[in-house]
Amino acid sequence: MSESAPSTADTRRLAEEARARVRFEEEALELSDQVYRVARRLVGTREEAEDLVQQTYERAFRSWRQYTPGTNLRAWLLRILTNLNIDRGRRQQRSPQTTSLDTEAGDYFLYNKLEAQVPDENPDEERVLERLSQDSIVDALADVPHDFRDVIVLVDIGEFSYADAAQILDIPIGTVMSRLHRGRRILKKNLADEAVPS
Amino acid sequence: MIDWCEKCEEMMQPFLDGTLSQAEVAEAERHLDTCHWCAKRYKFEERLRHYVRVATIEPMSLELKAKLAALRTPLN
Repeated sequence: MSESAPSTADTRRLAEEARARVRFEEEALELSDQVYRVARRLVGTREEAEDLVQQTYERAFRSWRQYTPGTNLRAWLLRILTNLNIDRGRRQQRSPQTTSLDTEAGDYFLYNKLEAQVPDENPDEERVLERLSQDSIVDALADVPHDFRDVIVLVDIGEFSYADAAQILDIPIGTVMSRLHRGRRILKKNLADEAVPS
Repeated sequence: MIDWCEKCEEMMQPFLDGTLSQAEVAEAERHLDTCHWCAKRYKFEERLRHYVRVATIEPMSLELKAKLAALRTPLN
């Protein structure tokens, strides 16, 4: 009889672990739309994004014990995803450092450019925004160099905090802020190029 | 002479991110209350950020969703 006690405890422990695992997997799957949404803009094509998300979930389900319950699971998944993305050799195809030209224009640059295209005198900002098509936004974002785009995608599209973005990308928070500031300006410069026929 | 419009342009991103100090926010708001030109550009930026978020959504395919669901540990 003395041997049955530990085995009961073991059984209970295993059952608890199985439940924790199921819970983890369910929670992770509930976030898949949000994970995909970020992934789709981190890489160039739908196929790449799908591969990356699938690999992310495979790895996450294998190493679920490394996740600390109660912490930000979405950030944890994105950390795996960005690491896998780096492993895929994306760093090698990194675009060259952008020239200074792209950020010389200030933050009002895009508005000023678009407003000039609207025939009305003193149009409201919605009319100005209408100058930008959905496709032009997708293209303009895709043309932002990787380092800057990653931060925009995480913070402005994924709605991660600076701190989460810093952790996901493994860079200091100050770098997140400066890349975001500069990246948004590059994005606006690209949008102005897309919208304004040369 | 401080060029307040130029200063407001510099403060726009941190203002909308909520990373300015209270004093800086007050400073920007003082200018925005009287400067329609800058206020319009702030409103545009806010709308643009929202538009970028919405315009870049591409729903995940049902195939991928099914593939992910299949990765779950089978229940015994």
